Amino acid sequence: MTKPIREAYGAALVKYGKGDDRVVVLDADVSSSTKSGIFQAACPERFFNCGVAEADMVGIAAGMAANGKIPFVNTFGVFLCSLGLASIRALCSYSKLPVKLMGAYGGLSDAFDGPSHHSIDDISIMRALPNMEVYVASDAVQTDWLVKNAIERDKPMYIRLSREAFPDLYAEGTVFEAGRGKIVREGCDAAVIACGLMVGNALAAAEMLQGEGISLRVVDMMCIKPLDEALVLRCAKETGAVITAEEHTMYGGLGGTVCEALCRGDARVPVGTVALMDTHAECGPYKTLQSAYGLDAAAIAKEVRATIAKK
Amino acid sequence: MYIEKQEAEKLQSLCRRFRIDVLDVLHEKQTGHPGGSLSVCEILTTLYFHTAKLDPAHPDWPERDRIVLSKGHAAPMLYRVLAERGYFPVAQMHTLRDFDTRLQGHPCALTTPGVEISTGPLGIGLAASLGIALSLKLDGSKARVYAVLGDGELDEGGVWEAVMAAAKYKADNLTAIVDWNGVQLDGANDDIMPLGDLRAKFAAFGWHVAECDGHDVSGLCEAYDKARCEGKPSVVLAHTIKGKGVSFMEGRNAWHGKAIGDAEFAQAMKELGVEA
Repeated sequence: MTKPIREAYGAALVKYGKGDDRVVVLDADVSSSTKSGIFQAACPERFFNCGVAEADMVGIAAGMAANGKIPFVNTFGVFLCSLGLASIRALCSYSKLPVKLMGAYGGLSDAFDGPSHHSIDDISIMRALPNMEVYVASDAVQTDWLVKNAIERDKPMYIRLSREAFPDLYAEGTVFEAGRGKIVREGCDAAVIACGLMVGNALAAAEMLQGEGISLRVVDMMCIKPLDEALVLRCAKETGAVITAEEHTMYGGLGGTVCEALCRGDARVPVGTVALMDTHAECGPYKTLQSAYGLDAAAIAKEVRATIAKK
Repeated sequence: MYIEKQEAEKLQSLCRRFRIDVLDVLHEKQTGHPGGSLSVCEILTTLYFHTAKLDPAHPDWPERDRIVLSKGHAAPMLYRVLAERGYFPVAQMHTLRDFDTRLQGHPCALTTPGVEISTGPLGIGLAASLGIALSLKLDGSKARVYAVLGDGELDEGGVWEAVMAAAKYKADNLTAIVDWNGVQLDGANDDIMPLGDLRAKFAAFGWHVAECDGHDVSGLCEAYDKARCEGKPSVVLAHTIKGKGVSFMEGRNAWHGKAIGDAEFAQAMKELGVEA
């Protein structure tokens, strides 16, 4: 059984943080949800539960970073990007303090709690901040690497996690690199550039389309900032059609990022968008929400067909 | 700590000069915040020249005490004090708010030696100071953290989040100093957002409270010491006057961030004892 992203995250915090005194972990009273509590159990002296006070938690973390610590800040992505944003902007973005902002329950994964708890604008908010790196976890093995990368890389970063288990994409020991996307399936008729949950959904769409004679490339763009612009342009030139897929609104997230890169570059291809339109979702089962809001494999396949038709 | 009369006179003399120099630069630049710079003068001077352990030649000395100006708009006074203390040449004061300056409009830790935390947006400096204090404790360091807050800043909810957290973590290596001049940008605290009984509020949150005249250098130095309390964070409520030292600025919210005209500048210099 595939491990939920949050479980993989909690385990990775202990794996890489237990023996490293620089690593401190903070939570805003949701440690049993974010799974930062796994670190608390292993290293209670380096765990700080700041209560339901996101701005304060980020501020404390920034002070710790200023004094040489590597703080992992944990709460739901939606609250980090709203209630925590003043501190994030002033202390992490402007001051370049290398705080690791861990956005739990990314996308619609906190499905039943409803739109108040969905993170659907986090990528666009965090991406707008100078100096901020933005990552989206797409499977458990990659989540482990994201924690390791966060410790090794002296930058402020936002990392979107998830409540749920995503399909396994990578073998243990797969090598990742900050600022580089990964082609997880080769194809020549179109390329879906996806992140997080949508990578798995795009692979399912590729299977569906294969029966129709469409060869779909699937890219995991786990690092949204800095973006692997070379890979985006390569996909456009080699397949002639690009479709972005993300659990985020259509504004300013992965889709916006990829379109900016395409416009700056020298490839002119039709572009499709799979994202939450200009709307909040609603509560309900995660799978139902994905279907209802056009984020499932069928929706991706449909957008791929439509985009290829514009070639 | 009791300070000798001679040292108190030295600190007072520094404050007098700092007021003159800060107003001189603000007049020259026609931008910046005079009111809060003048009210925080003695607080910063006593911290940097008496109470805190610092090594300006080595701004990153691990055992140094940390001072965070959470009310970042008083940057001009902070810069003047830092320069006198040896962090950078006093002459650089004249680059305040210029393009390509080390002295940004609000304190920037990336550009100005001696600035520990970048501030400007109110309500975040205390949390960052607490973060430094907690990490110093993890490291077994004896260094202390001093966070200087404005009174208007206490309107921010984030301040009280940090106040709660500091008590929870028994951050007795953290001292907050409130520059309590009673006036914020738009008017008196009592009209904009009444602060009520701050002594009782901090005490109720589990802090050790000391109170003093924030323009009395001896009183401030004693209060920093009196505020210390094992197992509790401490706060010094420093009663100050916004625009202190210049009669037409004193207690006037209009001078929070107003450019100083030529006639006003001449009057101010006269009042501060500068011969024409």
